[in-house]
Amino acid sequence: MAAHVVEAGERVLRRRRRVWIYLVLVGLAVFFLFPLVFMFVSSLKPDGQILSDLGGWRAFLPLGDISLRNYAGVFDRVPVGRFLLNSVIVTVAIVGAGLVVNSMAGFAISRLRWTGRGVVLSVVIATLIVPFETIAVPMVYWVSQLPTLVFQHGQVEYDFGWLDSYQVQIIPFIANGFSIFLFAQYFSTIPTAIDEAARIDGAGWFTIYRRIAVPLSGPAFATVAILTFLPAWNQYLWPSMVVQDENLRPVMVGMQYFFQDNTAWGEVMAYTSMITLPVLVVFLAFQRAFVSSVAASGVKG
Amino acid sequence: MTAISPPDTRAVGAAASSFPRRRIRADLRSERRAGWAMVAPAVLLLAAFLIVPVLLGFVLSFTNARLVSPEPVGFAGLDNFVRAFTADPTFVRSLLNTFCFAAVVVPVQAGFGLVLAILVNQKIRGAVAFRVIFFIPVVTSIVVVSILWKFMYQRDGLVNSFIDSITFGAWRGTAWLDNPSTALAAIIVLSVWQAVGFHMLIWLSGLQTIPEELYEAARIDGAGAWRQFRDVTWPCLRPTRVFVLITITIAALGLFVQVDVMTQGGPVDATSTLVYHAVRMGYHQQQIGYGSALSLVFFVLVLVVALVQRFLTRDKD
Amino acid sequence: MKRKSLSIIVAAGLSAALALGGCARASQDSAGAPGEITMWTHSAGNPGELAVYKQIIADFNASQHQYKIVQQNFPQGSYNDAITAAAAAHKLPCLLDMDGPVMPNWAWAGYLQPLGLPDSLINSLLPTTVGRYRNTVYSAGYWDAALSIFARRSVLDKNNIRIPTVDKPWTLDEFDAAVTTLKANGYATPLDLGAADTGEWWSYAYSPMLQSAGGDLINRGTMKSADGALNGPDAVTFFTWFQQAFTNKWADNSGPVGNQRFIDNKVALSYTGVWNAKDALAAVGGDLLILPPVDFGKGPKIGGGSWQWGISAGCPNADGARAYLKFSFQDSYLTAFADSQVVIPSTASAAAASKYFSDTGALHQFAVLSQKFALARPATPGYPVISSTFEKAAKDIMNGAEVKSTLDTAVQAIDTDIKSQNNYGF
Repeated sequence: MAAHVVEAGERVLRRRRRVWIYLVLVGLAVFFLFPLVFMFVSSLKPDGQILSDLGGWRAFLPLGDISLRNYAGVFDRVPVGRFLLNSVIVTVAIVGAGLVVNSMAGFAISRLRWTGRGVVLSVVIATLIVPFETIAVPMVYWVSQLPTLVFQHGQVEYDFGWLDSYQVQIIPFIANGFSIFLFAQYFSTIPTAIDEAARIDGAGWFTIYRRIAVPLSGPAFATVAILTFLPAWNQYLWPSMVVQDENLRPVMVGMQYFFQDNTAWGEVMAYTSMITLPVLVVFLAFQRAFVSSVAASGVKG
Repeated sequence: MTAISPPDTRAVGAAASSFPRRRIRADLRSERRAGWAMVAPAVLLLAAFLIVPVLLGFVLSFTNARLVSPEPVGFAGLDNFVRAFTADPTFVRSLLNTFCFAAVVVPVQAGFGLVLAILVNQKIRGAVAFRVIFFIPVVTSIVVVSILWKFMYQRDGLVNSFIDSITFGAWRGTAWLDNPSTALAAIIVLSVWQAVGFHMLIWLSGLQTIPEELYEAARIDGAGAWRQFRDVTWPCLRPTRVFVLITITIAALGLFVQVDVMTQGGPVDATSTLVYHAVRMGYHQQQIGYGSALSLVFFVLVLVVALVQRFLTRDKD
Repeated sequence: MKRKSLSIIVAAGLSAALALGGCARASQDSAGAPGEITMWTHSAGNPGELAVYKQIIADFNASQHQYKIVQQNFPQGSYNDAITAAAAAHKLPCLLDMDGPVMPNWAWAGYLQPLGLPDSLINSLLPTTVGRYRNTVYSAGYWDAALSIFARRSVLDKNNIRIPTVDKPWTLDEFDAAVTTLKANGYATPLDLGAADTGEWWSYAYSPMLQSAGGDLINRGTMKSADGALNGPDAVTFFTWFQQAFTNKWADNSGPVGNQRFIDNKVALSYTGVWNAKDALAAVGGDLLILPPVDFGKGPKIGGGSWQWGISAGCPNADGARAYLKFSFQDSYLTAFADSQVVIPSTASAAAASKYFSDTGALHQFAVLSQKFALARPATPGYPVISSTFEKAAKDIMNGAEVKSTLDTAVQAIDTDIKSQNNYGF
């Protein structure tokens, strides 16, 4: 009887606690969600109305002259499909190549002994402190002098200058100190006894990396993928300096198309809604892998 | 924070000592070779696209080089550095602003991120949906987000209408970004709001690795929610903590886009940061030599911060 | 000894880049199809303007077989990034457009060659649409923009405010009185000066006011110092007024950039450009007034010089580029630009044919303002630094910084820069 009362009381307490948690969560959700709501709602309004609504709650409500005209306008102004394709190419290449290159480096740093390991690690970590803006200009000088192969007149020729290409948007961003650091940290938590056993069985180091370390590190790969996806998708300063051909431009540069003497705010909002969507989808996909693989492997991060 | 020390010393040390001593030489050599081979692509790429430009910048910072100029480039010794510290009050102000910004953002963002992570780590319905919602500002372009907040911070903007309605008009807000005493704080709020979802995610990955049994054991010992957090969650999050601190510190010290879009360093230098000032001088004003010198000062300062952090966290270990 | 070795490193680091750049350029040029001429515009995302360019290029390419123009468009916001990078990499296109006041900087750096268009053509253009540096023409434009004060006739009449004319513009006292009246009669912020904008707008919009008050960005006689011009008594008087316009809440720097607050009748007077006139005309109709700028003492002034075309120094097909430019300055094209972009065409005959700017056009007044009051910004290679410094100083003053010392700091920054570049050759 007494036990029942206690249990019922606990249930009430727990329910009350849950209600509180939901209240807090909903409050926070509103706090974090309003830009997206504003962005999307505004994408349906004419420019004048967006600006007139700014000061009040109407900014978040689809009231007044609502239409999809801004979306049509975006397509008149910007080759959206082409820009999206370019960003997908660049981003997939950076993330994909980055996962391979950085995880190998992280593996070597955390699990192998070789001369210079300490120096390399220090240098890798030191690279973290360099904001891209501070080296952008020397970087342009530099990549414009790099040799490259060009195909023309049916043969391979040798030329200088990386401007105006996919490679100039991709290759400089593959290796990433953060990613290496994260992988190294993660790999170091996998018990070393596994390596030993595999070595005794005659496995090479690369096999150990590929067959043992990689499959055990889903969460690290998911984290790094998200971590490198965002800046790659949002690249702006660099492509606007080095890409001259419109057919090679990524989506963020396209945003500038709307800031003329008269900014087309409605189209800005429509365009950002369109280019944010793929990122959300990718995040949704990865966060699943991220959470479930962490739970499944039970490995400490 | 182990920003500099290898995160894996112990693991590698353990690996080394657990190998049989009679291990043959060839094996060691193959390990060394494999190590170099596996690290080589990353090292070459970092060398080519980070270290070389940094070194170019290093060389430039001792010259009077300009972006656009027919004048020959000349060696300027320490002139640029002397100018920064003696004849450029905006630089000194930027230095203070940058550290002030980091000093607030690092603890606030890390703490808020952890709170969010714990909230969305509850076993309740809809946790994933909230996770996604909290992450939305991170995936929205920072340029767009800055433009939007700039509107909201106006005198007759949304922030003030909100304050007005919850205080029933008792307190009138200012034009947040135009007031030298509130502008940096306004940028801090926006920055935390924008980036905290990312660190929530990192914390979450750490939380998910803590075995449930530890909590059960703690509960059996009669530990309440706070003691469970203090004795189980916090110690288990140590590796995550390191990563969160590093990423926030570095991002905070490199503050640029928000300032560029919202205030251009104003009002009266209240929001000018080191990176913003370096870009303004080196790029907009074409004084690439001077801009590079400012960047170099920035690198050195961040390194010092990292070393200090390392020293402080070492003592605690 | 040490000094020497370091400078060698510097020289090696930089000149290796430059030398290789020459190499790359050579191979690049030989790679392009013969007769192909690359042209960069800042007009990406501006379908109206691009349509006119497309037409010109198609007509030109069809009119002869020797040259072929290849167009590359950039969004305005990142155009200068692209140019700076291309200049650093020595990969400038043959034909490039540029914001007028930047031209001397590029000409001085050796990026541009003299334009070389016939005098008869150059002389037919509005003076502010021709870019001259040290008596040589380096650039020319199809149009100019102009600023004005937008107002509603009904509002001024209701408040008994005199409507100024080109011959009798508002004096500063009159203007102050008008703004005070408007503020007392329902306009919390009566004036929109456009202070929410950033970048070149600040020099474009406010340095003519400074000149109208007797100051300037720099001593134009020598181009060697800003001392006395930017921080003299006239400048201090002007900036004190400027600061008060904000502290008195006559104006503020709330966004958004544009003319929406005037259209919504939240401000009574809006200091803005011809590019906003079409929307204002549509919203306000016959009630719209295009007023001359305020006379701060030395007569009203507005900024002149918009986007203009030049030919790069390294252009291998300069004759073709010149032929194209000459071809493009046809009145029909100029009129087309003017009517699609709502900007003032650079020849009188093109203006006469324009829907907006002909003598009976609704926006004719802008052409008058441009002719009477437009001044070019100083034609010195130091302009980018001057402009950026001016912007920062003016913003600081707007936000409450002490006027005289802020201007002194700005003068010092400008003069230091000029000295470091051997007076920019002056």
